[in-house]
Amino acid sequence: MSQTPRSIDRPLSPHLQIYRPMLTMMMSIVHRITGVALYFGTLLLVLWLVAAATSPEAYRLASAISGSFLGLVVLFGYSWTLIHHTLGGIRHFIWDTGHGLGPEWREVMAKATIGGSVALTVLLWVVIWIVKS
Amino acid sequence: MSTPSGTSMRTARRRVSGLGSARSGTEHFWMQRVTALANIPLLLVFLGILIAVAGSTYEEAHALLGRPFVAIVMALALISVTNHMRIGMQVVIEDYVHAEGPKVVALIGNIFFCAAVGLAGVFAVLKIGFGG
Repeated sequence: MSQTPRSIDRPLSPHLQIYRPMLTMMMSIVHRITGVALYFGTLLLVLWLVAAATSPEAYRLASAISGSFLGLVVLFGYSWTLIHHTLGGIRHFIWDTGHGLGPEWREVMAKATIGGSVALTVLLWVVIWIVKS
Repeated sequence: MSTPSGTSMRTARRRVSGLGSARSGTEHFWMQRVTALANIPLLLVFLGILIAVAGSTYEEAHALLGRPFVAIVMALALISVTNHMRIGMQVVIEDYVHAEGPKVVALIGNIFFCAAVGLAGVFAVLKIGFGG
């Protein structure tokens, strides 16, 4: 490729800090943050699997860590993150069809994603508590 | 960019069709959507498996994780999820890491990380599945 002149200060399109924070903007940011968090959460999940494949001692250690108070807090956060990112993904699928992009529906879907993720996470842990106790 | 439009007989539409300047067309977008779609049912089953295994002994865990259906779903989920991770993190790196050196290192590190996590997970599932 030929050298592109870089000395000219070209006008830049306005970025995040220019705009008043909006719900849909926050949802976009949270979708990305949850994605990055899940990226590292998968590593923990795989470490647990590898421990289970290694030896009874390694499995017991991994189970003790994931079953500890701190472990459960991380798992609770992980489950909300996963559910929120999944609902956000479903929102993107709806947008892919060309629907829900208008001012009314994108707000409705943003609120449904927040409410749905919280409700489903609580429901999930109630089910876990019932099944496991 | 290097050849001004007009020196080529090809139209802009023709140059872009299929590939575009990045030479990869819409494959990136498409794979993000395909893996996202696959992740939904796979992770639903995966969550159920995790809940069933939680708190069980080593022997119980191996008995459950070793079932063919369970092992196949877990392996598929790991493949789909780690590919989705790789594609997603690539976009994040391209958006925030602008210096050429660190960007290339991060992009390669991302591929290595996702490949290692995916393979380690699938190997663990197979080892348990084959009774190792």
